[in-house]
Amino acid sequence: MRILTGNDLRTGAVVWWTGTFWSIHVEEAADVVGEEDRVIGREEASRRVNAAYAIDAELHDGAPRPAHIKDRIRALGPTVRPDLTLKPADPAAGSWVI
Amino acid sequence: MYRYDDYDQAMVDTRVAEFRDQARRRLEGRLSEDQFKPLRLMNGLYLQLHAYMLRVAIPYGTLDARQMRALADIADNYDRGYGHFTTRQNIQYNWIKLEEAANLLADLAKVEMHAIQTSGNCIRNISSDHFAGAAADEVADPRPYAELLRQWSSFHPEFSALPRKFKIAVIASERDRAAMRLHDIGIRIVRRGDALGAQFWVGGGMGRTPMVAPCIREFVPIDQLVTYSEACLRVYNRHGRRDNKFKARIKILVHELGAAEYTRQVEEEFAHLLTLGIEPPAAELARIAAMFDEPLEPAESAAPDRSDPDFALWMDRNTHPHKLPGYISAVISLKPVGGIPGDATADQMRLMADLAERYGNGELRVTHTQNIVLPHVRQAELHGLWSALEPAGLGAANIDTVEDIIACPGLDYCSLANARSIPVAQRIAERFAANGRTAVLGELKLKISGCINACGHHHAGHIGILGVDRKGTENYQLLLGGSEAEDVSLGKITGPGFDETGIVDAVETATKVYLKERDEGERFLDTYRRIGMEPFKAALYG
Repeated sequence: MRILTGNDLRTGAVVWWTGTFWSIHVEEAADVVGEEDRVIGREEASRRVNAAYAIDAELHDGAPRPAHIKDRIRALGPTVRPDLTLKPADPAAGSWVI
Repeated sequence: MYRYDDYDQAMVDTRVAEFRDQARRRLEGRLSEDQFKPLRLMNGLYLQLHAYMLRVAIPYGTLDARQMRALADIADNYDRGYGHFTTRQNIQYNWIKLEEAANLLADLAKVEMHAIQTSGNCIRNISSDHFAGAAADEVADPRPYAELLRQWSSFHPEFSALPRKFKIAVIASERDRAAMRLHDIGIRIVRRGDALGAQFWVGGGMGRTPMVAPCIREFVPIDQLVTYSEACLRVYNRHGRRDNKFKARIKILVHELGAAEYTRQVEEEFAHLLTLGIEPPAAELARIAAMFDEPLEPAESAAPDRSDPDFALWMDRNTHPHKLPGYISAVISLKPVGGIPGDATADQMRLMADLAERYGNGELRVTHTQNIVLPHVRQAELHGLWSALEPAGLGAANIDTVEDIIACPGLDYCSLANARSIPVAQRIAERFAANGRTAVLGELKLKISGCINACGHHHAGHIGILGVDRKGTENYQLLLGGSEAEDVSLGKITGPGFDETGIVDAVETATKVYLKERDEGERFLDTYRRIGMEPFKAALYG
């Protein structure tokens, strides 16, 4: 599957395209295969996202998991600061990244 | 320390107002990202892996307690309570919001700081010896010359769009504590009789094509420092490659032209520039120098009580001789075992500011090895300083040991990185702290980069580690034999890379070879240079 990610223009937060809005949770990302350029063009033009790009992902426990480690770290947060990730209390979060 | 005059302050305030307007227009959609990106980068604002990242300039690594407290406040008010001190003696914040960035820059400007020219193809923050002005072995304080060059290079219209970024280091001792020969221009202030001059080393650098700078001029009279620098830059700006980003640094130009031909062209340009009288008046250098010449109060020449073995170890490893009796320079390690190299919390920054005032003259330095120096500590009060550091997680006694690892932010923060650096540094420090070999290994400089751009100086580590991406998996190459000191050399790759666990084992294996083979008094680097790569390869790969 192909999913879209980028950064919130105002805050810089990592966001994922759900099909209707940008979420900070990669689990909510929608498969946009074939639609990548159209969605990115529209969303950047409306300033709802910055520096958006498409990546490969696969379903993992029913939710998208980016294919590359760089995007998995983007999705969760720095592996060396679990307290700053989106799932600070989840001990399994690190293994999802690595 | 240097203090802004009205002109400096106006320059910085004007830039803040300019950026505020640019950011507003970006948020309103009147500037596209393509239009805005070069503008934000001119103010040190990157878009990184998780958010915007701001790199704040700390000129030649020198700041005072007031500025350190301001950096702490910024960490609390605009970031997540911490900052990362870098190998260019700067600080980076990882979680900045664009909508707040102008206010942040305004807060910086209130304490005579900014983020100008911390990105882009311009002359970047000038680095220097972190013991400048205190070191017993310097011929002069290099910082007035670094400051003169900072002023010359700030908003220099001819050098704001160079072929590539440009880094200058200025030192003033035989000992090189600033990786001088691994800079685009390395300047060593030297004395010839009664005259001060500048030795120019041009065309060094790390990155994907590491090179050690050759000396192109043994002695430039100090009152021609700016003119000669201008000549070096002009030749580069004229002939440096703009067609290929990877061949655009001055090291490539010097290499391709040959040092002799590059030097010939610089000398020709220098002769021309001398006729134009571009050197700042001597009075300007004198004005700057006077601000670095603040006398220290006489201090009692009493050696600290070393009966506490923990304090004695810290004193042995974390201090440096001072030029004045009764004073000593203290290095605060930002490398607690298992910690993140170079990171400091806002509270730690405030404590370091307080301690700089209580035990020194209020001054601090950022080292290129990602630690903090209090340059002028009253020796008799050293134990009090140390006692305050330990409870705050700042008391690690490990400077220049295998635990004092340089590590770039790596894939945990950086969008350019191919592999994580920080966890590898953590695991290595933990391994050696646990096996108790840190002391017996002595001086061992270990440096880790998460990609070929070499922000972690891996080429210059006695042991270097380079993270690479091997088919989507993190992999780590091991290098041996690098040095960024006066015995500068570039490390060589041992062979095939290792995974995250394997690289920690490989480092330990290399140290075992050293311990087995070393002669009396040899450092790891000395033994490697004597016996060569083969014994290490045999142990690593069998």
